[in-house]
Amino acid sequence: MPDLGLEVLFKGINMQRLLEGLWVSMRISLISVAISMVLGLLLGALMTRKNPVIKVLTRIYLEIVRVMPQMVLLFIAFFGATRVLGIDIDAEAASIFVFSFWGTAEMGDLVRSALISIPKHQYESGAALGLTERQVYYHIVIPQTVRRLIPNSINLITRMIKTTSLVMMIGVVEVLKVGQQIIEANRSSSPNAAFGIYLTVFVLYFIACWPISMLAKFLERKWN
Amino acid sequence: MSEVLINVDHIVKRYDNNTVLNDLSLQVHKGEVLVVVGPSGCGKSTLLRTMNGLEPIQDGQITYRDKKVDAKNKDITEIRQKVGMVFQSYELFPHMSILDNITLSPILVQKKERKEAEKEAEDLLRRVGLIDKKDAYPRQLSGGQKQRVAIVRALAMHPEVLLFDEVTAALDPEMVREVLDVILELAKQGSTMVIVTHEMNFAKAVADRVIFLDKGNIVEEGSPFDFFEDPKTERAKKFLQTFTFDKVDKGAGI
Repeated sequence: MPDLGLEVLFKGINMQRLLEGLWVSMRISLISVAISMVLGLLLGALMTRKNPVIKVLTRIYLEIVRVMPQMVLLFIAFFGATRVLGIDIDAEAASIFVFSFWGTAEMGDLVRSALISIPKHQYESGAALGLTERQVYYHIVIPQTVRRLIPNSINLITRMIKTTSLVMMIGVVEVLKVGQQIIEANRSSSPNAAFGIYLTVFVLYFIACWPISMLAKFLERKWN
Repeated sequence: MSEVLINVDHIVKRYDNNTVLNDLSLQVHKGEVLVVVGPSGCGKSTLLRTMNGLEPIQDGQITYRDKKVDAKNKDITEIRQKVGMVFQSYELFPHMSILDNITLSPILVQKKERKEAEKEAEDLLRRVGLIDKKDAYPRQLSGGQKQRVAIVRALAMHPEVLLFDEVTAALDPEMVREVLDVILELAKQGSTMVIVTHEMNFAKAVADRVIFLDKGNIVEEGSPFDFFEDPKTERAKKFLQTFTFDKVDKGAGI
């Protein structure tokens, strides 16, 4: 059996360090996801307005996020902001800011398309039953919107978790960076560590994202 | 004549520059079945939708028991509880079971006890032969079944007037009957209804009064017998002819 370099995991507190790194990744992504969900719902509702100014502004925002690589956004927020605005923003805060900025735009667009996919007649039949506008939203429109949102927003959440691997570029020590550090430190004693560590990182990401995909599948099945 | 429930008074409805209803007036009396017919695009569905405030009007006014029907007014939700509506495309709520579809508004708007609302919904479902579907979801029902549920949903609010907007137009022919039978049953019980329909035989059977609408106004009005057997206006005659076919005379004209 070839040496997979897995023994490095059991040296010192390496495994614990990897898990701590994973926690940093999860912390950044989950906080960003939570912010993106809330702001995205508001943005999506805003995007269905007919006001031309709102339309243009939200469009520009969305396009910026779409064309800009997340790494460039991270560099702008972390290095750029320090120089131009003279604020010393901590790397993790910069990451959460960029991920929320990105997530809110994409979530907003998902919410917008889910909202406009609810037929006008659904609002009308609610109104015709004597429901107020608020009741129509709360009992008829939002539950249907959420059901339509699930598959795409789960996809967005897992993409956000995976993309946290970029934040090591601005100095956040997350799971991938910890992995690299362990590999570097053991280069002479365990030259095969790269395989074992990266394999472990892969498994950790899988463990983090898989339950979320399963949850989406479960909800889709339940509601279909 | 019995009391007036809905009074449509010289209303005008425009979309941009297109006048859909032009200075139209009519009254709906308690206990009467008023059928509105006319060529497509004549404004009959729009007229119906103005009666519960789903469609804003540009001039004139509509009142229900002397209350102004206006979506901007606060009492519009009270009026809509009294003026129920059934749509062409059923518009059941797809994320709710049949029972929840029916009890949503009685519980939410009329503050009924869930038990009481459900019992009443079940009684109504039994009447239209769909009690075994109470826990099903709309997607599991046929078009005719969905439309019967939609009627039950409107009835559960105990409306004083029911508006039917081409309720069989989206149905396969073999399902039309089961829906029309429910409406006929309601007519027998003396319900007040305004019905927009393309089913002329049904109109003839159910109507107390027929209104023929064309180009946004009432062209002819009368008892179903007068209207269908002896239309007075050219336009009504022409319209009614579109529903009859002459026997093909093979060999002639070739």
